[in-house]
Formats: sequence, C-alpha cells, structure tokens
Amino acid sequence: MIHHADRIMQMTGEHLQLALFAVLYALLAGVPIGILISRHKRLVGPVLWVVNAFQTIPALAFIGFAMIFLGLTPATGITVLFFYCLMPIVRSTYTGITSVDPAMIEAAEGMGMTRWQTLRMVQLPLALTIMLVGIRLATVIAVGSASIMSLAGAGGLGQLIFAGIDRVQTRMILAGALPAALLAIAAEFGIGALERMLTPRGLRAVKPTLRRESV
Amino acid sequence: MVRFEHVSKTYAGGHKAVDDLNLEIERGEFVCFIGPSGCGKTTTMKMINRLHEPTAGTISVNGKDIMQFDPVELRRSIGYVIQQIGLFPHMTIAQNVELVPKLLGWDAARRKSRVDELMPMVGLDPEEYRDRYPKELSGGQQQRIGVIRALAAEPELILMDEPFGALDPITRESLQDELKRLQAKLKKTIVFVTHDMDEALKLADRIVIMKDGKVHQVATPDELLRHPKDEFVAQFVGRDRLAAAPELLSVSEVMIRRPVTVDPDHGLAEAVVTMKKRRVNSLLVTDENDRLLGLVTANELKNVQRGTVASVMRTSFPVTTPDARLQEAFEQMFLAHLEFLPVVDTDGILVGLVTSTTMVDALSRALWTDGEAS
Amino acid sequence: MNEILQVLKDPQTQAMLRTQVVQHLVLSLTSVLLATLVAVPAGIWLTRHERLASPVLTVVSLVQTLPSIALLAFMIPFMGIGSAPAITALFLYALLPILRNTYTGIQGVDPAARESARGMGMTDRQMLFMVELPLAFRVIMSGIRVSTVMIIGWATLAAFVGAGGLGDMVLMGFSMVSTGHIIAGGVPVTLMALLADYGLGRLERAATPAGLRVSEGGH
Repeated sequence: MIHHADRIMQMTGEHLQLALFAVLYALLAGVPIGILISRHKRLVGPVLWVVNAFQTIPALAFIGFAMIFLGLTPATGITVLFFYCLMPIVRSTYTGITSVDPAMIEAAEGMGMTRWQTLRMVQLPLALTIMLVGIRLATVIAVGSASIMSLAGAGGLGQLIFAGIDRVQTRMILAGALPAALLAIAAEFGIGALERMLTPRGLRAVKPTLRRESV
Repeated sequence: MVRFEHVSKTYAGGHKAVDDLNLEIERGEFVCFIGPSGCGKTTTMKMINRLHEPTAGTISVNGKDIMQFDPVELRRSIGYVIQQIGLFPHMTIAQNVELVPKLLGWDAARRKSRVDELMPMVGLDPEEYRDRYPKELSGGQQQRIGVIRALAAEPELILMDEPFGALDPITRESLQDELKRLQAKLKKTIVFVTHDMDEALKLADRIVIMKDGKVHQVATPDELLRHPKDEFVAQFVGRDRLAAAPELLSVSEVMIRRPVTVDPDHGLAEAVVTMKKRRVNSLLVTDENDRLLGLVTANELKNVQRGTVASVMRTSFPVTTPDARLQEAFEQMFLAHLEFLPVVDTDGILVGLVTSTTMVDALSRALWTDGEAS
Repeated sequence: MNEILQVLKDPQTQAMLRTQVVQHLVLSLTSVLLATLVAVPAGIWLTRHERLASPVLTVVSLVQTLPSIALLAFMIPFMGIGSAPAITALFLYALLPILRNTYTGIQGVDPAARESARGMGMTDRQMLFMVELPLAFRVIMSGIRVSTVMIIGWATLAAFVGAGGLGDMVLMGFSMVSTGHIIAGGVPVTLMALLADYGLGRLERAATPAGLRVSEGGH
C-alpha cells in the first residue's frame, strides 16, 4: 500500500484541481451573469431556468454529450462540472445583489458613487455573505461529482474507484472513495470557515441561508 | 444657491410629480419642503442632485445649470442624508464618514483628521467610535454619523430626506437641536424634506408647502402661523397649533356669549339697577330680535335723571365680528381707548362681547398652555 | 448524423432501449418510494426528539458526501451485483433531502398554529395530520422532488453494478465510441430528469393549500 500512497496523493491533487478549476470558471461566468440578471429582471426567469436545467442533466449523460464535442480530455470533465456549478453561483449572486437594502444603493448614488463603485464598494461586499453560500455549494458539488469525471479521462480519484469496480477490489474502491469523501467534507467545512473569515465584522450577526439543492 | 425655473417632472405614465416649480433658495438658508405624501417634495429635492432628472425647466446650483455637471461630480459636491440612514454595514464608522473624501481622492491623513474633527461635533468620541460598525450604534448615533458623513467633504449644500423620520420622538428632538446648532455654526445651505410640521417650524428659515406638484405657499414659520394662505394650509399647519398661537385666536373663541342687554324702552333708573346687579358699567341695547341698537355706560347715566334708555344711548361706536382675529379686535380697542367691543354678525344681531379682561385672559391662557407644552 | 439515425432505427437498439427505460424507472422510483416511506416518518420522529436531530442529520449527510459511484461500488462485496445493491445505494442517497426537508418543514410550522391546534383539543395525531403536515407539505414535496431528480441521474451509474437502466446504453456508447448510443441513452434519461423536476414542481405548487400560495415556502 505504501507505494500506492504517492499515487493516491497525485490523484487527490488531480481531483482537487478538476473541481477547483470548474468552480473558478463557474465564478468567472456565473458572477457576471448573476449581476446581469439583477439589472435586467426579464432575464431572471429564463436564465435561472436554464442553469437549473443544467443541474438536472444526469452526470453520465452529460459526460456523454460533452464527449461528443470535446472527446476524452480533462476539458470534458471540467466542462460538465462547470455547468453543474453555475446554478448555485448565478443564483446566490443574484439573490445576494438583489437583497441589498435599496437604501444602501440610494445612499451610494446620492454620495456620488459611479455604478461601478456602487457595485464594487457596496453591492458586492454586502452580497458576499450570500454569494459564499453559493460558492460553498458549488465546491461541494464539484468535489463530490469529480469522481465520475474520471470516465471522461479527467483523472482524479474516480480512476481508482472505477478500476476497483472492474477488478472487484473493495480496497481499491475504498482507496479512491475515502479520500474523495474526505475532500467533500473538507470542502464543506473549509469554505464554511472561509465564509466566517471573509464576512466583514459589521455583518457578522446576519446569517443568510440559501436553499440547498443537491445534484 | 439653488434656483428652480419652471421645473417639471413627468413620469413615464404621464403622472406629473412636479409641475412648473419656481423657487430660489438663498445661500445659508435652511429650507423645509413639506406637504402631503405624493405632493412632489421628495422628487423636487432629489432633482437637485439628479437622482431624479427634471423633464422640463432648469435647476441651477451656484448659478450653473446642474445638467452641465457630471452627475457623479455633482453628487460628491452635495451632502445627502436619507431617512433609512444608509450607513454601510460592512464599513466602520470612520470608513463611512470618510467615504466621499475618499471618492474625491483625499489622502489618508487628511481624511483621518477630518473624521476626528467631525465626530465631536455630534458628541461622539472618535477614539471610542471610530472603529465600530454601524450595528454597534443606536439609531440616533447612526443618524448622527449619517449627518456628519454628509458634511465630510465640506459641501456648501446638504439635502436631507426625512432624516429623523424613523427615530423615536426623544431622539428626534435631540437630533433636531443638534442640527440646528450645527447649522448656526456652519451656515450650510440645507434643503430638508419632512412631513412633520413641528419639525419644519422648529428648523426652517423658510417653509415650502407643496401640493399636487406645485409650490402652494412659501413662508417663514412665523408668517405661516399668522397667515396661512388658505384652508388647505391651515389644516396642514394644524388647527391645534393655530389655536395655540395666541395671535391666531378669533373673536368668537374668547367672547362672552350672553352679554348684559337692556330694552330701548326701559327707564334709566331700571338700567342703573341692572348695572349694579350685574356689576357691569355698560349695557348693550337690543330690540326683541337681539339686533344691536346702541349702548349706554354708567358715566353717561350719571348726568341724566329721566327718560328711556333709547333717549340717551350712543348709536355710533366700533363693533367687531365673530370671525375677526383677536389681534385685530385688540388693536381696534386699543386705538379707540375702549374697554370692550360688541360682537355682531353680518345681520347686525348681537352675538357676544369682548372686553379687555376676557382678551387678556385668553391670551395668557394660550401663552401659558403653549409654554407648558413645548 | 447518419450514424446516429442508424443506431436509433436499429430494432435491436430500440428493444434494448424499451427494457432499459423500464429498468431505469423501476430502479429510481423504487428507491425514492422506499426513501420517502422511511424518511418522512423519520423526519417527523426527529421533530419529537430534538436532541437526536442534529446527530442523525449529520450521519445521513455524511452518506451523501461519499461519491455516488463509490457508494454503489461498496454494495458489491455485500450484495453482489444486480438491482438489489443498486436500489439499496440509491435509497441511502435519496434519504437526506427528504429527511431534512420533512424535519425543517415541520419545525418551521408557526408555533401559534400548533398552540391553537392544542387549544382546540386536537390530539398529537390530529395535529400532525390536520395542521403540521399540510403546512409542511410544500417543503416535504420539494425534498422528494430533489431526491427524485438526483436519483434518476445516479441510476445511470447502476449500470456499473449490473442493474441495467439507461446507463447501460450510455456506457455502451462510451466503449464503442458511438455518438448514436450515447444520444440514445443520454437523451431519454435527461428528459426523464427534466420531466420529473417539472412535474413534481407543478405538483408541489398545486398541492400547496391555497392559503399558503402567496408566501414563498422552502427554507
């Protein structure tokens, strides 16, 4: 088992990398989308419907569809995870931005902040607490679903699980599944701690909740 | 300082929130906009810093059309305080206060010294409160910060939108006092929207009463109490308040309703007896319909021994009406060296009598209760 | 494109597809039904034993952190291959959303409603069926919807433990690098999940007592 340790560490690294890139891309796309729909209310329904539908697509089918276009590469895995992560990020950004007290916006505008300054200095910091709930959910989803992405050649701990199933070797399955489960738990608690750290002191009494929906 | 010329604001649906408004606000003046909800007072104020934009007419600040300014620059040069206070909860008190100076690019040292200079003005120790967050302050303390935040970049003009409306009465009172004190010291031009007449009367140099998007009356608090333009203003200023202002009492409110009268065909001896019995030194002469015919005084009766009241009564003397202002009646009596005035209605029917004694009583009662109430 | 049509027109594929759709539905619905039968009473029970709520919910949510594929694989040594291990694993997976929503839904019932029910002389049982469950219904249904959609998705992985279902067709597509097979398996299973989400969402709203419809439910 000792010489496997390195291999497991490496796969854990791949696993994390896969999940984190997916969350990062989802942030890069999802936050602007969330801000956009908070300013164009007509888009809210359709956009949320679409990102929610992405989440509904079964993983195996989604991998299949992505493979048709991208082949067997890590990109396929990241793409599928990216679409799974979009919903919590878009939704929490939208909820966060729209739940900012209109008086704050009026005060900001009345003081002479530009739209960009209002967004950067007032709306985003105040939305952060709610957005972090979405980011946590996205990370948990990404880390949890990353195992299956091994099917699409994305590497990660899923390789051990699938190999274990093939050879009917429980220890091999466990060697993949336990670190994956630990990563999911760590993601949940780690980001929880990050949330508390990043929440400005002035907001700490407030505890927003977002409906958690699983994949 | 601020001039409105034919300013109108029509919303998309065609609703005219402000309708051809003309007004000039002087430098250093404290102006309160007041009126029923929907009268356009808030819209008018928010047009000054272009949170709303006029659809017609021009508004100029310091002689320059505000449409010539970049709205962001304009707003940074005007202080703004809102009812919901609007302190940013994720920023400390100091960060909130120095925000506009920061947007204007002041360096950190200058911002800090400005914060330290401003906080004591509203009785808050910078050492103690600088690094606190808004939620750690009471509502009254928060709005004190709201006020100095508006002062931070030394604007000449400050807009206040019902700033004390959400505070409890005691806190509101003390913030009004502080604002008044600050204003006396700093001589800012303040445009203040309120729906509280007491607040407007207390703070304003001039009060602008608005109705249906138009300026209905502009007056100093004194003028407004003394000469409400019409029933709408009187009602808005409040009957209670008008009654409490002694100069606004009407004759009917204080007159004696059943003055001592005598028939014209009574004998003089009988009249003297009546005077003694009722302890008065004059009698009003009325016919059977209570129409006032004349008056007789004790002094005049002394010199005449015989005849009827009709033969000696005076028929030319000043009278007043029930709805005359008490103040007018008083001036009339004072000028004519009279002790009393009969009150007659438009048909000449006697309805009452005011004497210098009743007048003094009424005035002192009004002054006394007013003094106790405030 | 031709290749895809060829696969779809092939009578053999069509016959396989029919079997797999049925297998898939049976797998998913059985697991969700079993999970509902266990999780709803368990959720109610937890509201009566508050001290146990937190530990029980923590254990059940730990099960969910295991990768779904691993949970399925774990069943093989104990139960061999076939539908039984698949249904067991899917059942365990379906528990959490239903359990959590039942618990929070009933907990979220306004204490005033509960107190007035007591004041009227309702028994515990009457209060549960006439007050608490109707008021919590929407939240519980939403848990069932989330579970169902999730399980229809994970049931594709049942193919790995030999339980059949539409996952077989997709996996066949993977190994043959056949777009046609991937589409043939992937599209029906995706539609199934979308339809379940939509249909159960409708049911959720329709079955919500009229008096509650204005306010947003959920937690």
